[in-house]
Amino acid sequence: MRIPLVISTLAARAAGFVSRLSGKGGGTTLPGRVLNALDSGASARLARRLEQGSAIISATNGKTTSAAMSAAILASRYRLAGNPAGANLSSGVATALLHTRGAELGLFEVDEAALPRVADALRPRALCLGNLFRDQLDRYGELELLAERWRGVVSDLAPDSTLIVNEDDPQLAQLARGREGVIRFGIEDARQGSSLPHAADARYCSICGAAYNYRLAYVGHLGEYSCPGCGFERSKPDIWAEEITLEGLTGSSFRLHLPEETLSVRLGLPGLYNVYNALAAAALGRALGAQADEIASGLESTAAAFGRSERIEIADKSLLLLLIKNPTGANEVVRTIVAAGTPQTLVIALNDGIADGQDVSWIWDVDFEPLLDGLERLIASGRRAAELALRFKYAGFPQSQIELVPTPAEALDRGLELTEEGGQLVVCPTYTAMLELQKVLAERGHADPYWQRAARAREESGQARKPK
Amino acid sequence: MTNRIRLCHLYPDQLNIYADRGNIAVFRSRAERRGYELEVIGVGVGEALARECDLIYLGGGQDREQALIAPDLARRGDEISSALEDGAALLAVCGGYQLLGRGYRDRSGVEMPGAGVLPLETVAGEGRMIGDVSIECELDPGELLTVVGFENHGGRTLLDPGAAPFGRVVHGFGNDGESGFEGCRLGKAIGTYLHGPLLPRNPWLADWLLGQALARRLGETPELEALDDELEYQAHAVALGRARERGGKFR
Repeated sequence: MRIPLVISTLAARAAGFVSRLSGKGGGTTLPGRVLNALDSGASARLARRLEQGSAIISATNGKTTSAAMSAAILASRYRLAGNPAGANLSSGVATALLHTRGAELGLFEVDEAALPRVADALRPRALCLGNLFRDQLDRYGELELLAERWRGVVSDLAPDSTLIVNEDDPQLAQLARGREGVIRFGIEDARQGSSLPHAADARYCSICGAAYNYRLAYVGHLGEYSCPGCGFERSKPDIWAEEITLEGLTGSSFRLHLPEETLSVRLGLPGLYNVYNALAAAALGRALGAQADEIASGLESTAAAFGRSERIEIADKSLLLLLIKNPTGANEVVRTIVAAGTPQTLVIALNDGIADGQDVSWIWDVDFEPLLDGLERLIASGRRAAELALRFKYAGFPQSQIELVPTPAEALDRGLELTEEGGQLVVCPTYTAMLELQKVLAERGHADPYWQRAARAREESGQARKPK
Repeated sequence: MTNRIRLCHLYPDQLNIYADRGNIAVFRSRAERRGYELEVIGVGVGEALARECDLIYLGGGQDREQALIAPDLARRGDEISSALEDGAALLAVCGGYQLLGRGYRDRSGVEMPGAGVLPLETVAGEGRMIGDVSIECELDPGELLTVVGFENHGGRTLLDPGAAPFGRVVHGFGNDGESGFEGCRLGKAIGTYLHGPLLPRNPWLADWLLGQALARRLGETPELEALDDELEYQAHAVALGRARERGGKFR
């Protein structure tokens, strides 16, 4: 017997209420888990209530930020439903679908591994694939396997759906070959390019196995590639960024080329990786009908997503949280920190929970070395603080300048103690270490709990009326 | 030159998935702090092992990368075996370990030939063996050591009758999740599934391998002076705790 949708959604909502009441969390996933358990088809039926359909963003890095940017671009056009708190597994999307009353368009960030299941339920009208990097091999398995599953998602996509891909990622460019209705984005700025980093992933062509020639690499293996074996190569994207100026830890500016016009954009989020997030959002916005001015103002108004270059004021000092979770993401965080001037003190918190990756070997693939010039004190924190300390020790950083403070809250206090008045403390936590820090910050009254901030963001984007 | 150790790193561009450069960094630092220079020579497809090689290292790769180097490695059996006979030490981790055996048979029965250096073969199994591991091994007779790491493999490795494992599993899966064996030991050659990377949190294993490598140059294993390994011990203890709590659970 199938449980009526009204009953299963009621039970799921009640679960969320209890979760918030018990103070255990914001109820961002539990209701969806209840819903999925009661009725595996409920998500699909709830999604069909969205009259403008759904859009999905997936990527290894940048999902939450590009979804926030897309929401800002589309908020004046549609009443949106989404999962801005980053609950991006099937349960998180199902939870978000419980809060779609009055919404017209669903905009969801979806975990790479969860994409096949979620895409199958939502039947998205637009699917934006941002990048695929080596990430938590203990959880996701090998990159190639994930790319294969994405290939399946793309081939199941309805013919009238729009596929948006990062043309600078050869694995994604290949997924889109031969398909109609594709929007490709990329970076066209040789000044920002460098050589392929140590941890680069897609070094070898998935068609013929030859090593790609990289003329330029921008972020990880994202760049200008061509295959000497079979001739597969990057083509000119439909939407691109050029004349990029990176402005330290504060932001960047660039020229954004849309098919008919070019505009200047000033981003309030740092690093080249956020330029890619902006391009993904701009391309998705285009696919859903946004005009150039909506794209520009949406991108410019986007503030940091939860823990992604988020700034929090603590008395007369400021705290900058930069989430790290895999080699490519962490490399970009390091690059951005160094470009802004390496701070004297840095807190890095490495946990090894399921959400962080239980296998911490990835820190050895991160190029932390550029930090060694200028860094005076490393506060190594998290459950695997000692492992992190070893990473720096074997990179040649003096052991006497490393402090082990395994509890993130205590590491935060120690870091603030070493930060001069008016100064800024940079903290790089892995995912669960960031949750621990956010909890402490909320308890001390420095920040609201993350689910409240996310709910506010959801309301703000949902309340914007459709201009008619 | 007796104050130098020559390390041949096979396929550094393809077999590098589990932070293999961490192992190399540990070899280098621990050799240098004892006054020995570590010369690292990358050996790619079609290139010969360097002469006078004291230490050979192979890491792990993703399936695609492993498939790219497998035919080349399969042709190197004699070359590697004669380097071992000449006194070289060897460490092979994960994919490199599997491919030093006679071969790897995937689930459809297709056989990928290996180098045949180590007395073992590997068969693809259902489900991957992923998690923290701790093992006990006896590098020198009578000295029982604990080695900790992380494993992530779909292959089940079966040692030939009489072949020696690297260690016995205390927590985790090891070679096949059944035999209680982990890795393979053949003289001064060690193959293992343990990464993490392996050496930073097991510095005594790094020192043992450096000692074996130096023995080829010096004619005997030198006494390596003790280093401050406080951080290494702490990292080891945390990893061991993780292996106790959550090692060896099938996903």
